[in-house]
Amino acid sequence: MALASTEAPEVVAATSIDDAVSAFGDGEGVTVLAGGTILMVDLVHGRLAPERVLMLDKAQMAGVRTEGGRITIGAMTRVAELEDSVEPLATVARGVADPEIRAQATVGGNLCATPGAESPRGDLQAAFIALGAQVRSVGPGGERTEPVEDLLAAGPEGRLVLDVSFEPPQAGASAEVRRPHAHAYTILSVCGAIGVAGTRLAASGAGPRSVRLTSVEEALASGADAAAAAARALDDVSPADDALASAWYREQTLPVLVTRVLNDLG
Amino acid sequence: MRLTVNGTPRELVSPPLTSLLAVLREELGVTSPKAGCQQGGCGACTVLIDGEPRRACLTPLAAVDGAAITTVEGLGDPTNLSPVQAAFDEHYAAQCGFCTSGFLMASHALIERGGGTSREDVIEALSGHVCRCTGYVKIVEAVNAAANGDVHAEETQADMGPQGEENISLIPGSPA
Repeated sequence: MALASTEAPEVVAATSIDDAVSAFGDGEGVTVLAGGTILMVDLVHGRLAPERVLMLDKAQMAGVRTEGGRITIGAMTRVAELEDSVEPLATVARGVADPEIRAQATVGGNLCATPGAESPRGDLQAAFIALGAQVRSVGPGGERTEPVEDLLAAGPEGRLVLDVSFEPPQAGASAEVRRPHAHAYTILSVCGAIGVAGTRLAASGAGPRSVRLTSVEEALASGADAAAAAARALDDVSPADDALASAWYREQTLPVLVTRVLNDLG
Repeated sequence: MRLTVNGTPRELVSPPLTSLLAVLREELGVTSPKAGCQQGGCGACTVLIDGEPRRACLTPLAAVDGAAITTVEGLGDPTNLSPVQAAFDEHYAAQCGFCTSGFLMASHALIERGGGTSREDVIEALSGHVCRCTGYVKIVEAVNAAANGDVHAEETQADMGPQGEENISLIPGSPA
């Protein structure tokens, strides 16, 4: 089998954040290359023929810093760097693929991952949502900062993510169902965290992108116990059948995972 | 674009988004890294980029401009095997050999950073590498042995090459 090489696209290597922002412009006709673990597969197999590729690995957009009690993670931070972060982020990060992939894949790429044709992608999304993380991005309309779940609901297409930030939680937990494989793909995962605003929960794998489980949160706030609140999770999701599992299976396991997370959070 | 491959500086003509795997195999004739799944899931393409194990099939050439790439061809040769290569031979850790290149590079890097001395350490560090032949037990054994300095290279050397013949001149870049 011939290995496809790609020709024609213009490749721009940004050397600073400002350079990246300016090269991205309004995102029209620009394909962002962060870690490459998702994009390169599409490029090599000829599924994408971008006109202009913006490479970010030299744009100084990586790094984790703590300032005034807030943790800020640059979009080009490799997933491996989060393995010692707070829960639920650390456990979720450790579960992504394998060490070589984690060393190459980026936070920004994981956040913006297009839903996979065969299986969900973007495991970090639910952890960030549970942490109440804010994401800073540029694109049409300029720079904006918003909750991660809002960016995902609107669609991160056309945005260049710069960083994600959150306050460390009082407690964090996660529970997942995985499909044993070379990479143990996550069929479904639930992340939870207790912060200043109370308990937040999110699910990954129950839809094209991760979603916040607001119905569960509301049930908890009005005094429901863990099991009753967990049952409300089905109101927040629209799982689909895919190569890993059926929608039915996800609907059966989602409340179980939510209950486990709530019990672990205490 | 420029790369140093196994110590030799090379000028490349492949387009910037060509995968490092295609550059190594097709432009440079360095064929030890293998095209397995071609989507980053199997580890057969793993090479060292500035000493770190990475999937060559997922790495665009433009991302490694100026980097030092190490492949099996740079680890050792039949007359002078690296410890991890000798250990793989001694412990019969290769059958068809397709996954072996990736395992060797990742194992070498693991040992270089002081790891690989326990089974747990090896299966965690090498969790991205698939083998369809061996069932992994002998691979883990071999990596443990190499990491613990328990390698008998002189016994392995005797196996290399056809019996009773002079060393064959190998095509540069071809695997042993």
